[in-house]
Amino acid sequence: MEPLMAITIGILFAAAIYMMLRRSIVKLVIGLMLLSNAANLLIFATAGMVRGAPPLVPQGLTAPEGAVADPLPQALVLTAIVIAFGVLSFAVVLVRRAWEIVRADDLDKMKDTDT
Amino acid sequence: MNPQIALPILIPLLAGAVSLVFWRSRSMQRFIAVAGTAGLLLTSLWLLTTVNRDGILVMHMGGWPAPFGISLVADLLGAIMVVLTGIIGFAVALFSLATVGRGHEAYGYFPLMHLLLAGVAGAFLTGDIFNLYVWFEVMLVASFALLILGSEKAQMEGAIKYVTLNLVSSVIFLVAVGLLYGMVGTLNMADIARRLATLEDNGMVDVLAMMFMVAFGIKAAAFPLFFWLPASYHTPPVAVSALFAGLLTKVGVYALFRVFTLIFNQSPGYTHEILLWGAGFTMLSGVLGAAAQFEFRRILSFHIVSQIGYMILGLALFTPLAIIGGVFYIMHHIIVKTNLFLVSGIVHRLRGTYQLKSLGGFYRTHPWLAVLFLIPALSLAGMPPLSGFFAKFIVIRAGIEAEAYGVTFIALLVGLLTLYSMIKIWAEVFWKSAPPEGDVDPYPEVNPREMWLMSAPVVGLALCTLFIGLNAEPIYALAEASAGQLLAPERYIEAVLGEAGEVRP
Repeated sequence: MEPLMAITIGILFAAAIYMMLRRSIVKLVIGLMLLSNAANLLIFATAGMVRGAPPLVPQGLTAPEGAVADPLPQALVLTAIVIAFGVLSFAVVLVRRAWEIVRADDLDKMKDTDT
Repeated sequence: MNPQIALPILIPLLAGAVSLVFWRSRSMQRFIAVAGTAGLLLTSLWLLTTVNRDGILVMHMGGWPAPFGISLVADLLGAIMVVLTGIIGFAVALFSLATVGRGHEAYGYFPLMHLLLAGVAGAFLTGDIFNLYVWFEVMLVASFALLILGSEKAQMEGAIKYVTLNLVSSVIFLVAVGLLYGMVGTLNMADIARRLATLEDNGMVDVLAMMFMVAFGIKAAAFPLFFWLPASYHTPPVAVSALFAGLLTKVGVYALFRVFTLIFNQSPGYTHEILLWGAGFTMLSGVLGAAAQFEFRRILSFHIVSQIGYMILGLALFTPLAIIGGVFYIMHHIIVKTNLFLVSGIVHRLRGTYQLKSLGGFYRTHPWLAVLFLIPALSLAGMPPLSGFFAKFIVIRAGIEAEAYGVTFIALLVGLLTLYSMIKIWAEVFWKSAPPEGDVDPYPEVNPREMWLMSAPVVGLALCTLFIGLNAEPIYALAEASAGQLLAPERYIEAVLGEAGEVRP
């Protein structure tokens, strides 16, 4: 399972970087989405793709019995998904507003602040 | 219990929430802005005095012991940075009262400012690497919204570059955190440091170190990934620029200091060598960029980049004196740079432009403003006896002692070119006679109350600069103590995890 995940994550990163190198800002935002999803998937995979029981401690014991799954990457990936969702929705609104004001979808036409 | 560790985060968060409640009441929001930032400043001073007296303070959130829960850790560097956050927050809040204007206030300027301060303070105080990511994001989202307040064309273009680069940096940071967790199975920075020290294979550690360096390097605007900063910092309202200039890149610098003294200190011959090259090019490219500019805030933005180089130089040399110099430089730089942006704001308020060509004659009409500009400007260039002289002196002396002559020469040259840029602003804005009336709009009227509100923070920050310059000894002692803590990471680890030093599998 891990090699498959690794390849998927690699493809996602490659596609994201390709999209971000295009000149259109809509494609730039699509690239950002793919990039954050690739990162989320990578965090999810760091704990290893194993079947494990939920990490619940039975009453009276101090440690769970038998092998359990690592819950922390799932907590991390939940946080990361929420943050990425918020930031990306901001980016989408920004692109829309930028298009309304600048009237261009081309990054090469946005050089006013560089010179 | 030490409530003063959590208060610098809680007060701005609470102030932000309360000013959201008073969304329609302009006067209430303005009152909360001043009261909230004053509260932040006071609690941060309380934190610094306790940390200075008792050593590193730790608070475990929710009572979970260290490697499992999230810890807030305040060592001297963190506490100093929080005090600077308080100073800048308070100064900018006062300045915003006069300059932000009704339109921007109605779109939530003050709640966003509080959120930004909460994110910055949280990043300085957390002891957990994933929590650091979360605070970075809190800070970034607030800064995105502040950057586009007003929705002008230039702001949109600047914001697209700013948002993209910062998102990419966040993703690199997140990936590095994920891989680090996969390697050591913990997120607590002290625990990570302890476990990495026991690892056999250093190749992967160096890879992760480079990922953190790139991620924080983008946030700190280090070479070669600095170009988002001069493309965006001159676009928002000036109070926002001043806040960003003082605090945001310095959070990146702080993260570099924290990560490369505590966690990735195994192979300084490799990582710190790259940092050294980065520092040299950062200084040089920033100052050369500034030399070509003729817009007040763009010159200052490029100078942020070149000054970041000095701080990273302090970290990269990695000798005790160099770290002292780096910490001292951060303290001096945050105050001076914010002050210069505030002066540019006053100039803009009086004449309605930032273009050096259309400005002039301020020495004749506002001599006091000329003095207030000269203090931070000469301090930035490193003139004795102002704060910048001591900061540069320590860093350059550390460079010579470490026999890094090339980069030391660059540091000296950049100091000279900084002086050139500052003299350029001085000659164009203050010294030359004002251009004929036809070129500029009729000067907007400024009532005396607004003038006081604008100049009070500038005077206050200028006094801070003079205080650091004329009374450098206690500040140096503070920087020395914090460098001592940074170079002895076992003290940080012991403070967070307690005496029990064994590594559990």
